[in-house]
Amino acid sequence: MLGPLDYLIWLLGPTVQAYVVVRTILSRDFLRYFPLIFYMFSAALLDVGRLIVYRTYGLQSESFLYFYYYSDTLLTVFLYFAILALYQRVFEEMQVSRHIRWAGALLLALTAIVSYATVHQNAANMVNRFVVELSRNLYFVGVVLTYVLWGAVLQLRETRARIVQLVLSLGIFFSASAALYAARNLFPQYAPWIAALAPMAGFILPLAWAYVFTMVSEEARLETARIAPHRSQVATAHR
Amino acid sequence: MMIAALILAASLVFLVQFFIAYCRSLLAKSYALELSPETHQVTGIEDHLIHRDDFRRLVQLVELCPEPGNDGAQLKAVRVYYSLVKGLRAVMGSLGSVRDWTEKEQASCGYFAAVVLDRRIAHNRGLMAEQIANHT
Repeated sequence: MLGPLDYLIWLLGPTVQAYVVVRTILSRDFLRYFPLIFYMFSAALLDVGRLIVYRTYGLQSESFLYFYYYSDTLLTVFLYFAILALYQRVFEEMQVSRHIRWAGALLLALTAIVSYATVHQNAANMVNRFVVELSRNLYFVGVVLTYVLWGAVLQLRETRARIVQLVLSLGIFFSASAALYAARNLFPQYAPWIAALAPMAGFILPLAWAYVFTMVSEEARLETARIAPHRSQVATAHR
Repeated sequence: MMIAALILAASLVFLVQFFIAYCRSLLAKSYALELSPETHQVTGIEDHLIHRDDFRRLVQLVELCPEPGNDGAQLKAVRVYYSLVKGLRAVMGSLGSVRDWTEKEQASCGYFAAVVLDRRIAHNRGLMAEQIANHT
């Protein structure tokens, strides 16, 4: 049974997600970042949906588990399109949008096939396991894609502060989520504790994107060379 | 099992790298901003000159200012980064290059806290002006 604090934490995510959507509509960034905002909108709706399913069927019910995992897979796929949109933004001057779309669709299909093949031999409780494996693999593909994108950002000396911070926050979210799913696979005896950390990972994107769309203007520029670990920004005072 | 172990190990390595780069992007962005004369006066900072131990003092000042509600998570992230850098200095501070680098990083964290303080002072000043205007 969830207490008032649990409900508060549950509703905090959709509140920040809704803030990001409204904020981008008001600042007219909605269309420019449509795949990212669509993800935020869907995440807010599905979080509220999860709460409704929990209230109707209970936390341990099969309906809740199915709704939770399938909505998570769906959101991961939406996020996947968000990262492809960022690829298009970073490579927009190179006229390779069509290639990026095809490569993204191919990667998505390949990940689904590999996940299905991995679980195929274990027929018992296959549907649930398939969803968990698919999510873990999708998150990890997301990590790799974001890492490659981050490499391109550094290589191409991308200076748009929003793009840089959106890419990095996606990287943190994907790698934290992939690590949590992999840890659940590796240590099933600790699965309830590891699953309890998932909402914390879920807060990363709404909080980071709320900051980006509130505090960082579209015109803001960053020197990406400054982010490389060997460079420092501030002169130090000696006492 | 093998795949899960590999994914866990690789994800943790990527997580640390992304987190460090994210924190450094926050520091780089704050470095481009100038502090107001009020913040210079409150903090005693001249130009961009900050001592590596100033961070904690500046965070205490930030905590005295009511939060406008949009930079708390970023300040927490920088606090974690500051602790990581401080830990690195404690372990490998005997190496000259590491000592110099960590000193500059800690000072950058201090400047970030000063920028957050500056923003909060401006926010509270605005609120106060609004209240005064409503009462007159």
